[in-house]
Amino acid sequence: MWAKAVRFLRGLRVRLVVGFAVVAAVSALGTGLLAFREARTGVLQRSQDVVIEQFRDSIDAFAPGVPSAPTGEELTALVDSVARAHRSQGWQVLATYEDTRAASGPDGAFARLSPELREAVAERASAVFQRVDADGRPFLVVGLPVTYASASGGSYLSGVAFYLVVPQDTEEAYVQAIIAAVEHATVYALGGAVLLALLAARGVLRPLRALRGATRRMAEGHLDVRLDVQGSDELAELSRTFNDTAAALEQSVAELRRLEVQARRFAADVSHELRTPLAAMAAVTDVLDEGAPRLDPETGDAVRLISEETARLSRLVEDLMEMSRFDAGAAALALDEIDVAESLRRTLAARGWTDERVVARLPAPGTLRARLDPRRLDVVVANLVGNALRHGAAPVRVSLGVRHDRTEGAWLIIEVADEGRGIPEEALPHIFERFYKADATRARSESSGLGLAITAENVHLHGGRVHAANRPRGGAVFTVELPVRRA
Amino acid sequence: MPRVLLVEDDPAVRKGVELALGHQGYDVIAATTGEEGLARLASARPDVVVLDLMLPGLSGLDVCRRIRERDQVPIIMVTARGDDVDMVVGLEAGADDYVVKPVRARVLDARIRAVLRRIGPTVAEGIRPLPETHGTLTIDRTGLVVSHEGAQLQLAPSELRLLLTLSASPGQVLSRQQLLEAVWEHDYHGDIRLVDACVKRLRGKLGSAARYVRTVRGFGYCFRTS
Repeated sequence: MWAKAVRFLRGLRVRLVVGFAVVAAVSALGTGLLAFREARTGVLQRSQDVVIEQFRDSIDAFAPGVPSAPTGEELTALVDSVARAHRSQGWQVLATYEDTRAASGPDGAFARLSPELREAVAERASAVFQRVDADGRPFLVVGLPVTYASASGGSYLSGVAFYLVVPQDTEEAYVQAIIAAVEHATVYALGGAVLLALLAARGVLRPLRALRGATRRMAEGHLDVRLDVQGSDELAELSRTFNDTAAALEQSVAELRRLEVQARRFAADVSHELRTPLAAMAAVTDVLDEGAPRLDPETGDAVRLISEETARLSRLVEDLMEMSRFDAGAAALALDEIDVAESLRRTLAARGWTDERVVARLPAPGTLRARLDPRRLDVVVANLVGNALRHGAAPVRVSLGVRHDRTEGAWLIIEVADEGRGIPEEALPHIFERFYKADATRARSESSGLGLAITAENVHLHGGRVHAANRPRGGAVFTVELPVRRA
Repeated sequence: MPRVLLVEDDPAVRKGVELALGHQGYDVIAATTGEEGLARLASARPDVVVLDLMLPGLSGLDVCRRIRERDQVPIIMVTARGDDVDMVVGLEAGADDYVVKPVRARVLDARIRAVLRRIGPTVAEGIRPLPETHGTLTIDRTGLVVSHEGAQLQLAPSELRLLLTLSASPGQVLSRQQLLEAVWEHDYHGDIRLVDACVKRLRGKLGSAARYVRTVRGFGYCFRTS
């Protein structure tokens, strides 16, 4: 489950979505922050300029009435009249002259004046402003010293200083609105980006998924699978290449199959054509055998040779035809429930293998029954025992048993082991191939060279397995495993 | 000297088999086509017919069926190995036995002798048991006559021999292999389809008595009237 989750997270879709979202967030936030900074600066600058200008105008208007050493009452009257003129803007006006202080509102407003501001006002002959935060509310504090023009054209401080404390709630609200707008824009941009990413992923993933499905189907052997090609992008190009490859592959495979069918049909036809003259010859071999002793020795030998080789040729042609039937898929199982031990015993008896050359260790009759094709089982066992007698050494041991497999059910195990030199290691993988000769020095033998191949085909037709091995103590052992089917 | 009607289209094979059977002591009448074989059947009155299934024109199967319509002469068909369908169809068409091409004279001789024995007497001369009655069937083992509800049945030699073998021990299950050995004298045990095809034909001829021949699934056949 974890592996699946990790694969999903590493998938193209998630990567695309994350990529789009990051790009959208960075660009939205970047643009928003820049715009916010500019807007905020502009808003505050402007409001502060306006306030300072108005304050200066008001003080200018009232300043001529200020005595050079005003009393507290005079100062109070003055600040009250300035504040009254700008009541709607929430102005709080303060004034100081040496230790005398006057305020238009409650005295607490003096707390908003920082020492630095007062110092700056006391030293400079110009307006000084500062932005302060008090209890979470922003205020603009402006200090304005009253100066007198001197006769020399300069100016000197009168010692009277006016202060203005004005709340900047409106400006703050404006800034907050900009922040909210940037936040909103970012959220919308993110949402839009995710949506776009999903759409893009779909556009990319759909052809990719189609390609993956097509590749899988092709691997399963459906070479006729083709993709719908839409558009002219790289993915469409890829799909087109896939289609071309599939078409080429299909053509080659079809050609190969055609050639193979042709070759097989040729082998089958040749065998078939050989069979009729062989049938005529085979019919008279017994006549030849019986007449041979009455002929002169040379002719008699020649006649015997013809008879023997005719029999060999007949076996070879029959084996070839049997092989052709397997190749053509025409071999069918004629299943019957049989007593397997009894069947093996009869196979051995019918070939005359009842002497000490073949030792059979078989279960008692009636104990082991299975649904098999008796003719094919006979061929399998006869071929293996015949092969063991020819290429191995007596005694050949034939044993029959049952293996119970938890997943696969019951299997019949037939083992044919000999006491010969065994099979060369390099020959083992090829031993069931047609006309394979494990022993190169013995180019000719009684067998057609197809016996083991036919054995393997017959076993496979039953859904079974056959394999060859060498025993540690010497000698080869062939093991046939057949699934036990019940009627 | 038993007389054999050989129906084979290939001249070389025909000549070979003729030669071989003649050598074994048979009187061989050869026919090239199915039509010729049927035409010569009546005049030649052979003891056994050896019939190639692969014939041009009228096929071996048709010849087999037509012979069976009027005659119960033993028929041995010659088939190609592996053409199992043809073989089964041939057996159901009424052939008594089969040999596989290329056929050796000794094998064919053995098969011919076996079918001929089926129509010979089954018990020693001098002992003539009474005809047996099994349900609605009457079996005369000496005269080799089987009647069902009084009507005599036309059984081919294998069918007759199969019925005689089965009814000899009512209630006992005989495996296909046992039947193969008793009726066909085959030592090769792969030919159980001979038995199945013959049972099918026998049941077809027995009519309502067909139920006496029972299939014991996985084991063989059994004759029981109850």
